[in-house]
Amino acid sequence: MRRNWDAIWMVARREFIDQFRDWRIVAPMVLLMALFPFVADDTTQDSIQFMGRFGGELILERLVPFVILVIGFFPLSFTLVVALESFVGEKERGTIEPILSSPLDDHQIYLGKLLVGITTPLVFSFFSITIYLILITRRDVAFPSPYLLALVLLLTFAHAVLMVSSAIVISVQATTVRAANLLASFVVVPVAFLLQGETALIFWGNESVLWYAIVGVTLLSALIVRLGVSHFRREYLLGREIDTFNLKQMGRVFIGRFVGNAESIRDWYAFELPETLKQLKKPLALVTLLGVAAIVASYLWVVVNVPAFLDISPEITDRIKTLVNENLTDFEDLSTQMPVPVLFYHNARAVVIMLLLGIVSFGTLGVTLFLVNMGLVGGVLGGASLLGVSPWLLFAAGILPHGIFELSAVFLSVSATLKAGALLVTPQQDKSLGELLLVALADWFRVFIGVALPLLAVAAVVEVFVTPQLLKMVVPYF
Amino acid sequence: MIETNDLSKQFNNNFWAVQGVTLNVQPGQILALLGQNGAGKTTTVRMLTALLAPTRGSARVAGFDVTKNPKEIRMNVGVLTEQHGLYLRMSGDEYLDYFGKIYGLDAQARAVRSKYLLDYFGLGEAARRRSGEYSKGMKQKLALARSLMHNPSVLLLDEPTSAMDPESSRLVRDEIARLRSSQRTIIICTHNLAEAEALADHIAIIYRGKILLNGALDELKQRVLGPVEYEARFADAFDTSGLSLPAGAEVASRSETSLKFRIEAPQVVNPGLVRALASMNAPLISFHEVPRKLEQVYLKTMAEAQGLAYAA
Ligand SMILES: Nc1ncnc2c1ncn2[C@@H]1O[C@H](COP(=O)(O)OP(=O)(O)O)[C@@H](O)[C@H]1O
Ligand SMILES: [Mg+2]
Repeated sequence: MRRNWDAIWMVARREFIDQFRDWRIVAPMVLLMALFPFVADDTTQDSIQFMGRFGGELILERLVPFVILVIGFFPLSFTLVVALESFVGEKERGTIEPILSSPLDDHQIYLGKLLVGITTPLVFSFFSITIYLILITRRDVAFPSPYLLALVLLLTFAHAVLMVSSAIVISVQATTVRAANLLASFVVVPVAFLLQGETALIFWGNESVLWYAIVGVTLLSALIVRLGVSHFRREYLLGREIDTFNLKQMGRVFIGRFVGNAESIRDWYAFELPETLKQLKKPLALVTLLGVAAIVASYLWVVVNVPAFLDISPEITDRIKTLVNENLTDFEDLSTQMPVPVLFYHNARAVVIMLLLGIVSFGTLGVTLFLVNMGLVGGVLGGASLLGVSPWLLFAAGILPHGIFELSAVFLSVSATLKAGALLVTPQQDKSLGELLLVALADWFRVFIGVALPLLAVAAVVEVFVTPQLLKMVVPYF
Repeated sequence: MIETNDLSKQFNNNFWAVQGVTLNVQPGQILALLGQNGAGKTTTVRMLTALLAPTRGSARVAGFDVTKNPKEIRMNVGVLTEQHGLYLRMSGDEYLDYFGKIYGLDAQARAVRSKYLLDYFGLGEAARRRSGEYSKGMKQKLALARSLMHNPSVLLLDEPTSAMDPESSRLVRDEIARLRSSQRTIIICTHNLAEAEALADHIAIIYRGKILLNGALDELKQRVLGPVEYEARFADAFDTSGLSLPAGAEVASRSETSLKFRIEAPQVVNPGLVRALASMNAPLISFHEVPRKLEQVYLKTMAEAQGLAYAA
């Protein structure tokens, strides 16, 4: 164990020192990282004054954690190159072979690179943050509490781990440094979005909500590291091909997997698709469980907590009911407001977004989005119940008719997303990561095209033509 | 010790880079692996260090199987990779120290060993300079020093002297010869035939991934070039038509001032042949075995492999 750590540390240390020997890289970096906090400090101050002039109340205390988060993120995105080129750079310079011929284990090399990839950005991040913290002591503002500060620093740490672990996966798989750098935005952009979400949490939520973000990001990073280590092959790093992006070959792998041995569409529905669906049993069970749990939890939360915020007196309930009734007469023109193809397109798009989020996160973000949607359903039912409407009735009339089709489609797609994610983190001897990704996508599209799209089409028709009629029938009983 | 059996490698693009290579190198032996660029030398070496998994066949190096015990193999093998692969921002002594650590040497051993190697290869003065400032030959010597840091029992040297000046390659040759006498097992990939001839006792010629020829150097000469030839040189043009050849000798070729003989059993035949020449009062200035170079063996073998005629 000790020797193991020594070896990892040895690999990381050499590289760390190596980087800081090149002052042409270090000097501008230090300068940039030192200047950025000043800029950020001035900008926040300006915006507070600007808002103040229009009567807006932007409070610096609320802003500080957010600014720290951004200041921490900025150096991460700049120094990501360290991780991005960690393997492919050594491959290009030919320095990797002596290391690969040495008795170091795969995971020692990998984790050593990971360590240095994380340390370098963090050194700059924390350097920037420290300068900023010194700057705000001059401002007329309370210093963030140690607890909040610790949370934000932890979150920055988690971001670094997430970005670097993804960048290293890219570095192992990329054929050239240039290709690796081009792929960098696939890491930076999602994390930038994540940062926005977290900012929202800081502004509106309780600080402790940040723990969820920290734990979530850390888990995701762990999955990525696992993916990286399990797909690490010394052979890849000696490969010769340069920037080959073989579309034809990729197309063959994808279509080969999608079509399978089917000779006709009937064949495909009879033999190939069921094969894929069979493999979805476990994920489907999990997704169903999670989905139902999300509906129930959100329903209960609304029923228990909302009355405390809102004063639901009988007059108000009546007013809302009248409002709803009036609006329900508009159901007639629903088909003109929301034609079937548009509704279908919206739903299909939502499913694809879940896939895209799922692909970059081994299924987890896709499932999260799914749970948010299920939570909304639960919330609406909970709201209905607060208004004195039977949630069962509402569910049966307003959701079930089209929901049978729509939810089946969504549940199946999300299960397929989860399955694809699981496939990616499972070590495979004979397939490269790229091939594996294509196979996972092909499987997903089997479910999407074969089952989900037809179901969504039916659901859209039902939702536009049947559900409103049913709702109108039951509204009098509300 | 290195033993391979039917060792083969097919790359992703379905290309067989190495096919059915069977070799055997014992401690104290040097095998020169000869072949054109792209013949499969580097690929073979990489399989022997467990960097590439063989598609077919097996190999044992230093007593370990390449597929089952890669780590043990890497511990016992020193490799000079085709590209030197130095970290150019590290100085020579730092670099050797780093690899010493990787191979688990303690601080004292590392210091002693790296000083010895740097001095030996004439890098002592440059030891504290970054290797990025070294000349090509110096870089290659440092890389060779790296492969020797942990005193490996098996050495795989992929074109060890390709960038060196004559003095340096001499140094490297001497070191390799010294290593052989301390019972190391050594494979050298090269296309420097003179060097291979000077060092190696065994030769394997690889062409498009396949071994064309494999054996002890003298035996290969015999096998490829036929029996040894002897040459008599004369001071002036001399008519040898009256020469009565002893049994077992035949004339291979003749010119005005020389005569070449093909002789199966020189110990028996040569004394009689010299006497016959002397009795003709031939103005003999020398009588010697015609030197035969590895180059001839190599070129003839390659020509045959490509279906071309070989002009000696
Ligand atoms: N990673 C690789 N992928 C595909 N082909 C390769 C790879 N490495 C080597 N080759 C091919 O294998 C053949 C043998 O290469 P190599 O072993 O480097 O030859 P040598 O060292 O004898 O010059 C060459 O044709 C080369 O192009
Ligand atoms: Mg080579």
